[in-house]
Amino acid sequence: MQELALHILDLFRNAVEAGARTVHVAVREDRTSDRLQIEVRDDGRGMTPDQVRTACDPFFTTRSTRRVGMGLALLQAAAEQAGGGLGIESTPGGGTRVVATFQLGHLDRAPLGDMAATLEVMAAEAGVQVEYEHWLDGRVFRFSTRELEERLGAEARGDPAVLTWVERHIREGEEALRSPVREYCKGVDAR
Amino acid sequence: MKSLEDLARLREEVRERIKVREGAKAVRITVGMGTCGIAAGARDVMAALLDELAKRGLTDVTVTQTGCAGLCEYEPLVEVARPGQPKVTYSYVTPEKIRQIVAQHVVNGQIIGEWVLAAR
Repeated sequence: MQELALHILDLFRNAVEAGARTVHVAVREDRTSDRLQIEVRDDGRGMTPDQVRTACDPFFTTRSTRRVGMGLALLQAAAEQAGGGLGIESTPGGGTRVVATFQLGHLDRAPLGDMAATLEVMAAEAGVQVEYEHWLDGRVFRFSTRELEERLGAEARGDPAVLTWVERHIREGEEALRSPVREYCKGVDAR
Repeated sequence: MKSLEDLARLREEVRERIKVREGAKAVRITVGMGTCGIAAGARDVMAALLDELAKRGLTDVTVTQTGCAGLCEYEPLVEVARPGQPKVTYSYVTPEKIRQIVAQHVVNGQIIGEWVLAAR
């Protein structure tokens, strides 16, 4: 996978398959410590210690359609090639938390990629709430499907116009997060 | 944020559409979103699909996602179920192809034979 945003979508799909009702996604970028952390936490059925131990083994899967499960193994490889690693915490009935860390400026770190498209597709999963936060050096952009449902009504969420709005909204938020300098210049011009 | 200003307008628009919709939806589209699908480009296919449906204002279409179907080498896979027609599975779908599938198959009921992996 060429983008970390695709890995995030893959982790989200694992959470959905595990029966999660709410999935928290946090992206934390810190340029001072040169770290990038991606966390996906769900309230799904969780895994036994044995399942956690084998979760990164590409020849382990809970699925029956084929006998290999590549998702976590691919993310682990992406993290390790960028000076980081992968951690999984899970208990049966207690949900799962996956944390991938990267050296932010590492040459082999995959780009974060298109979070707007990833969150649009996540928001399309009816009945699962998504809580997203993206930190960049102490600034944060947040998005929550629960808040969206409070404003529009739960039945509106699957509407294609609402989902393409989510995509635009995340794109705008992510861009604003990355451009503090431009915001500052605008302020100067206004004076 | 500009997008937040759009939200109020969107709320009215969607409310109207839900009123029109009533009853069962006519067409069901399922996008394969397992690891294999995602790695092959299913996310961007799904985004293009939602964009095309929004542009056309189609109200009688349900979009769902599914996991790996065991046909990883044919991903991205998209299934279109239209009343009165066989369920059709398209393989190697791209954002461009899905827009054409919406125009020809979903709207006009014409199956695009050369992209079909299976029909049942």
